[in-house]
Amino acid sequence: MIHFDNVTKVYTTQKRPALDSVSIDVDKSEFVFLVGPSGSGKSTFLRLVLKEEKPTKGRVHVAGKDLARLSNWKVPHLRRRIGCVFQDFRLLPNKNVFENVAFALEVIGKPRRFIRKVVPEVVELVGLEGKADRMPEELSGGEQQRVAIARAFVNRPQILLADEPTGNIDPATSIGIMKVLDRINRTGTTVVMATHDAAIVDSMRKRVIELEEGVVVRDQTRGVYGQAY
Amino acid sequence: MRAQFVLSEMWIGLRRNLTMTIAVIITVAISLALFGSGLLVQQQISHMRQFWDERVSVTVYMCTEVSPSEVCQENGPATKEDREAIQSDLESLDEVTGVEYVTAAEAWKEFQDRFSENRALTEAAQEGDIPDNFRVQLSDPNKFDAVVETVQGRPGVDSVHNDQQVLDQFFELLDGLKWAALVVSFVQLAAAALLIGNTIRLSAYSRRRETGIMRLVGASNFYIQLPFLLEGAISGLIGGVIASGFIVATRYVLLDRIQSWFAFDVSLGAGSLAYVIGLSMVLGILLCTISSFLTLRRYLRV
Repeated sequence: MIHFDNVTKVYTTQKRPALDSVSIDVDKSEFVFLVGPSGSGKSTFLRLVLKEEKPTKGRVHVAGKDLARLSNWKVPHLRRRIGCVFQDFRLLPNKNVFENVAFALEVIGKPRRFIRKVVPEVVELVGLEGKADRMPEELSGGEQQRVAIARAFVNRPQILLADEPTGNIDPATSIGIMKVLDRINRTGTTVVMATHDAAIVDSMRKRVIELEEGVVVRDQTRGVYGQAY
Repeated sequence: MRAQFVLSEMWIGLRRNLTMTIAVIITVAISLALFGSGLLVQQQISHMRQFWDERVSVTVYMCTEVSPSEVCQENGPATKEDREAIQSDLESLDEVTGVEYVTAAEAWKEFQDRFSENRALTEAAQEGDIPDNFRVQLSDPNKFDAVVETVQGRPGVDSVHNDQQVLDQFFELLDGLKWAALVVSFVQLAAAALLIGNTIRLSAYSRRRETGIMRLVGASNFYIQLPFLLEGAISGLIGGVIASGFIVATRYVLLDRIQSWFAFDVSLGAGSLAYVIGLSMVLGILLCTISSFLTLRRYLRV
């Protein structure tokens, strides 16, 4: 599903590569934790998958597509197959839960009838049934992140990228978020989650890829966060 | 494509930057009004040119006993032979489409008729002030040189008078007006383009959250940009509508004043007016949309 072949990324403003000859394979419906300290290249990895950045060297394949050969006007179609969740939720403050989730479908031109049907399903999937007409400011951090996950998943992407989704949420609530991500993973969606949260990584017992200064230093199938942190 | 979504986003953009939007509309309106007025004057000139090209003539005045010119002093008043020779020579020219002989008596009568309301003028003049003359019609009013060459200095010819020269001065004035209007309008249009760029930049900045999410969920570039482009186009359209008002005013207030100087109809038809308004509107909308587009390419990374 995601295939990195000897990928190096050097940002023009920096000397040290953000990713250095990284080769990673993530299969369909896998759940992968991407761990490592800040600046280790986790975010760069995610940005390369979204084709927000181009690799300096090497090849990136996502969902069977060679991103180097993907023309710019086709990038939106790639992104429709990838859902994104961030630490800061990125909800629209002037739209309620339903509207925030529906926005993702509206802007790719889905018909209204379809939106009315699928949005409530996804809102229920993330555990927000009965809160569809709440505004983001009326929700807790955990609930806001559930809305963000619903928005990322409503178009049924093949891949869900989560960049520290529990970074702003207390540990108890984080468990709920992880349950939602796990539920989404069980539907066959590949989930890649970048995180600092050792407790969560240890409890999930999923594949762990550890990056350090842009290099893969560990790739374990049923891993833990690691002793160093 | 969800039209309602795009339109509501556009409307939000317009309202959020209301002051900038108003500045854009005013600038566009003024520049288009000047542009349209320039075009209108241009139309007026070509309209009147066409009108006169059919009527302008060269007048060849014949010598009388009192003519002061050297030729007349030497040769005396025009004789019947002079007259006939000149008439046949003029008629043999390719450029000449008609030659009419007007006697002093006929010319005097015409003068009296034309200025019947101006008593001071008719009383100051008298029969014979306008000598016998030939009115020469030309196929092309600019080809009067041949006529001048043929008759100038010949016995019996006092002077050759070309209507075109008088009109040219008038047209030069209008031409100057036209260019002044067009030059100022282009400066204004440049200012309008920059203002629109700035407005769209603000708009893109204030909606960066929305556009960021749209990008992430895979909205097409066109879909992301469309509300901004429409925002520019609508400003252009409103500016154009206001400018149309100014253009119509120019037509009825300014150009119709010219009418009072002439004894015949010089006013422009509805077709010319529609053409000028249409062209100005198209220019305004295109200008706004294109400058929005160019701004977006810089500030809305896709």
